[in-house]
Amino acid sequence: MFLVESTLRSALAPSSALASALPAAAPQEAAHWEPFLPGLVVLLPLLGFVANGFLALRAARRSSAAVRAGKEWSPIAGSVRPRTHTLPTWIGPGVMAAAFGLAAINFATAWGAHLAEPVIAGPYWTWIATETLRIDAALQLDALSLAMTMVVTGVGFLIHVFSVGYMKDDPGYPRYFAYLNLFVFFMLVLVLGSGYGTMFVGWEGVGLCSYLLIGYWFSDVKKSDAGKKAFIVNRIGDFGFLLAIFLIFQGFGTLDFMPVSAGAAGEFAYGGTMVTAITLLLLLGAVGKSAQVPLHVWLPDAMAGPTPVSALIHAATMVTAGVYMVVRSSALYALAPTSQAVVAGIGVLTAFVAATIAFKQNDIKKVLAYSTVSQLGFMFLAAGVGAYTAAVFHLVTHAFFKALLFLGAGAVIHAMHHAVEHGDEPPAGHGHMDPQDMRNMGGLRKHMPVTWAVMGVATLAIAGIWPFAGFFSKDEIIWYAGAWAGAESNPFGGLYVAYWVLALVTALLTAFYMARLMVMTFHGANRTGPAASHLHEAPRVMIVPLVVLAVLSVLGGWLNVPEALHQTALGLFGAVPAEGLHHWLAPVVHAAEEIQAGAIGEASKSAPIGGGELAWALVSTLAAAAVVIATFRVLGRRSYATAAADPGPQTALGRFLHGKWYFDEAYERTVVQPVLAASRWCWKVVDTRVIDGFVNFTGSFTRVAGWVASVFQTGQVNMYAFVLALGVLLVLGAAVLLP
Amino acid sequence: MLLDYSSGFHYLLALAPEVVLSVAGMVVLLAGVTGKREGGPGHELGWLSLAGLAAAAVANGWLYAGVAEDGATAMIAVDRFRLFANWIFLLGAAFAVVVSLDYVARQKLQAGEYYSLILFAVVGMMFMASARDLMIVFLGLELMSIGVYALAAFNRRDRRSAEAGLKYFLLGAFASGFLLFGIALVYGATGSTNIHDVAVAVQEGTAARGLLLPGVALLAAGFAFKVSAVPFHMWTPDVYQGAPTPVTAFMAASVKSAAFVAFLRVFLVGLGDVSSEWGPILWWLSAATMVAGNLIAVVQSNVKRMLAYSSIAHGGYLLVALVAGNDTAAGGLLFYLLVYTVMNVGAFAVLIVAGNQSERGSRIEDFGGFGWRNPVLGVFMTIFLLSLAGFPGTGGFMAKLFLLQGAVEARLWVLSVILVLTTVVSYWYYLRVAWYMWMKDAPEGTAPARLAVPIAAHAVLLIAAGLVLLTGVFPGAPLELAMGAVEGLVEVVAGR
Repeated sequence: MFLVESTLRSALAPSSALASALPAAAPQEAAHWEPFLPGLVVLLPLLGFVANGFLALRAARRSSAAVRAGKEWSPIAGSVRPRTHTLPTWIGPGVMAAAFGLAAINFATAWGAHLAEPVIAGPYWTWIATETLRIDAALQLDALSLAMTMVVTGVGFLIHVFSVGYMKDDPGYPRYFAYLNLFVFFMLVLVLGSGYGTMFVGWEGVGLCSYLLIGYWFSDVKKSDAGKKAFIVNRIGDFGFLLAIFLIFQGFGTLDFMPVSAGAAGEFAYGGTMVTAITLLLLLGAVGKSAQVPLHVWLPDAMAGPTPVSALIHAATMVTAGVYMVVRSSALYALAPTSQAVVAGIGVLTAFVAATIAFKQNDIKKVLAYSTVSQLGFMFLAAGVGAYTAAVFHLVTHAFFKALLFLGAGAVIHAMHHAVEHGDEPPAGHGHMDPQDMRNMGGLRKHMPVTWAVMGVATLAIAGIWPFAGFFSKDEIIWYAGAWAGAESNPFGGLYVAYWVLALVTALLTAFYMARLMVMTFHGANRTGPAASHLHEAPRVMIVPLVVLAVLSVLGGWLNVPEALHQTALGLFGAVPAEGLHHWLAPVVHAAEEIQAGAIGEASKSAPIGGGELAWALVSTLAAAAVVIATFRVLGRRSYATAAADPGPQTALGRFLHGKWYFDEAYERTVVQPVLAASRWCWKVVDTRVIDGFVNFTGSFTRVAGWVASVFQTGQVNMYAFVLALGVLLVLGAAVLLP
Repeated sequence: MLLDYSSGFHYLLALAPEVVLSVAGMVVLLAGVTGKREGGPGHELGWLSLAGLAAAAVANGWLYAGVAEDGATAMIAVDRFRLFANWIFLLGAAFAVVVSLDYVARQKLQAGEYYSLILFAVVGMMFMASARDLMIVFLGLELMSIGVYALAAFNRRDRRSAEAGLKYFLLGAFASGFLLFGIALVYGATGSTNIHDVAVAVQEGTAARGLLLPGVALLAAGFAFKVSAVPFHMWTPDVYQGAPTPVTAFMAASVKSAAFVAFLRVFLVGLGDVSSEWGPILWWLSAATMVAGNLIAVVQSNVKRMLAYSSIAHGGYLLVALVAGNDTAAGGLLFYLLVYTVMNVGAFAVLIVAGNQSERGSRIEDFGGFGWRNPVLGVFMTIFLLSLAGFPGTGGFMAKLFLLQGAVEARLWVLSVILVLTTVVSYWYYLRVAWYMWMKDAPEGTAPARLAVPIAAHAVLLIAAGLVLLTGVFPGAPLELAMGAVEGLVEVVAGR
């Protein structure tokens, strides 16, 4: 390995002396920076929600009035759409464009000013003020929150545009945009809030919107059940998050990020019980929100929502909130090595488990859902090995290529749906053909060349092939995991070696299942049947966001070219500045990195089995490429059965993976059924007999009491006077006789 | 400035709000006589009364802001307790005047007398709040009561109104007799009618117990009548139902508040040292009032009558504060009276508008589908009902919370439990109205015409709902004022 490395270096890097002299050492002077209308960034989507929500109510009112009058009214039936269904087209993406514009201005000026210290915008008002606890409605603008804002508004805007085409024929069009705008609002509150309190508001808010959008087609019981599942599973995580917030308050007397991260090292001892408890409870919250094992079960079901929702909420933004929160709390995690090992462990385990499940899924969105879970696992691994920049880096690139994959899948489903609907003959097999099942696809490349191309780009990106985005971000994570394992005094060194190996394996699995998805969807013979002639490319309003995201999926990785690759061919010989994102985020993770450097010392310069960063980068991209090519060769030749004709997996392992490791079944037996049984008992026995019995008794008692009172309440003044005198006698008697 | 009662002029200054309001009342009366015009009474007299109330509020604010008194022995107190209570009365009266505007016009009532009676009754209330002498208490009470007797009977064309006035007058006179007899006995026992002197005599044990205790009992009975505590409540449903609805609102809110304020000062300041004797009596009155008021309210089918029983029940909650007798409970009582005035007048205001400025449409069936026909009014009514029931987020919840806190501090466990349980019962009859409003259809044969809501009534509803929500979400400022108002008041008892 070493030999290869040094040869490569001399071959690929003509001026390595220059490389070391370049940026890292010279911290630029941080200029004063004023945010530009930061509150408006958050407010705009809220205004969009209000406007679209108003239109949605108008539409609902009109249709319910029509129902009451015994008529039918469909907003999408006529050739001219009502205004409630045309205005959201402009309002929804419009507020997002404006918010993104503002965010971009802020990001650009902050970048130019080398923003080092967080800037607090506000407080706009005080939300909670007690003697001890004070929570302000304020925004914290720093490298991390600005980067997240860029992703949320930028990718969010593209997905809003895509939705215009995708949801065009949905009767609930204004309601959809209202929810989507509301989601962006809460997501911005989450990433921009200046403390754990405000963050929790956003945290719960995005959970609510997620629930609303998963169950968007609520008349389908399965879909509304999926919404409930997401909501309930998240409650478990929120419970942990809330407890963590309480403990943070107990420790620091405040919930603001700045004093917490600045004071963490002074407040807690390294590896102390309290800080470990806080970080583990925070992790529980993150595990719920970011769908990590064992609370990952809600995310695949969440695919019941409209596909752009899956792209925005369940791939690009909301599910990464857990990663964001861990990075936000990095100063706390750096103090708790046990928690770090748990974070990384859960991350890598999730990555591996989800990748294996993705092997055997046939629903295109399910594959992508498990892929998302798996990639989120990588981000947690990064956060767990102290590579917070790598976690955020992968979060950003993942937002690009996973949003692209979901939107591409959306375009495919859109096309399939239309084909099925407009097919002259009933599709082959029984019943309705599932437009999301890849076994019914195949050969779509011919019909949708652009979608094929952009999804190909995304596949190469997620598989980690140079020069696409995922190559840089995923490689960095694996590299750091290895380097962390070999750090001078890492108490869990051996464990991390195992993590590193598992991460490597998972990276190759990723390349495989994504290649499989491409093959089954776009290559080989078409299995759609007679409806195939109606397959067509998506309209332009959907294609344009895809292309933009594809460009980002190519370029996104160049945000943070590792130092080791910078001057080599893999870094285009220094044409792109090295470690851009790392320098940008340095102020945010500075406190954590200082603690880590003090506690466990220098990270290793080589992977656990030797070899430098450059060598491993080459190896992994070549291996991934090999896997992709091999998959195409092998699976491309195979002929798939349609969904109706497929007998399902034949081997035990196949069934196990197809059955998603039977997580759902295990929960069903150990949690759901016992809870249902207990609830039934409470209902039949406690509620029906005890409580209802008491209520019925109260009712009859009240009637009797009312009757008794009515005997005296005659309306006759002399009766009233008599009772009054009686009362006086009673009181008088009590006063005189009792003492 | 510092008031020095050796000067008669300073007495006048100490009574500035009362003086201002009395003058305003006379002006309104004269204007009502001289300014008669064709086509029935206009709104002018109402606005004039409102101006008078505002002037009195300004005078009250002047006393509040910078006037202190020399010693605490005068017949009139210039303390925060009185001035805070005055604001409650003035607010309640202002609301009552505004909701009366169209009612008086529609029913062709004698506006001059009507509004001046309200103003004079408020003067009586303010005297009750300010009284440091039992005679002033009695004078204030009578001044208030006589005005309200007349107001209850004011709609002479309506048989029920006349009946209500007569009943109220007969029974009220009866109760006043007991009260006066009680004052006489206390005077006999202590040799003084000054509350401060009574307190000293009671504390030093120079009071003759054989006279004092019956006196206390009769005082309690007299006040219990005014706050319509069970079993002295029998008049309440009939009078509240029969009186013109704006008057009912005024009675339920302000008259009750005044009675409680005087009750509190006489019993906690003057008779605080025999609280072990009157405590159990009020305990039982309170428990009986909460239970009976709430239970009977459940079976009512007329919203106006239901609100009458509801006001009885609220009187029971407030009695808990008297039994508790500590600073928290006393401050909680003032806060409660403020919230209660606002939400109660709000609910009656909706009733007046729903009845189209008449006595119709107060059956519960009339409220079927009301919310959908008049969404704004429906939302307001729902807010008031929820607040009356004590739903979190409304002032009614906070008010009950502070009463409970006082009761718990006084270790009144049983009474606290009764308060909470009867509150639960109250949800039933309050929410029943909301249920009719939103979930039932309109009764057969009613024209679904939109109600004409006067702008002034809208303003009152908006302000009242705003205050209800404001005190429910941010109770800090008004609560601090209320707590500050009783500071030092009960300490007189404890610190003597």
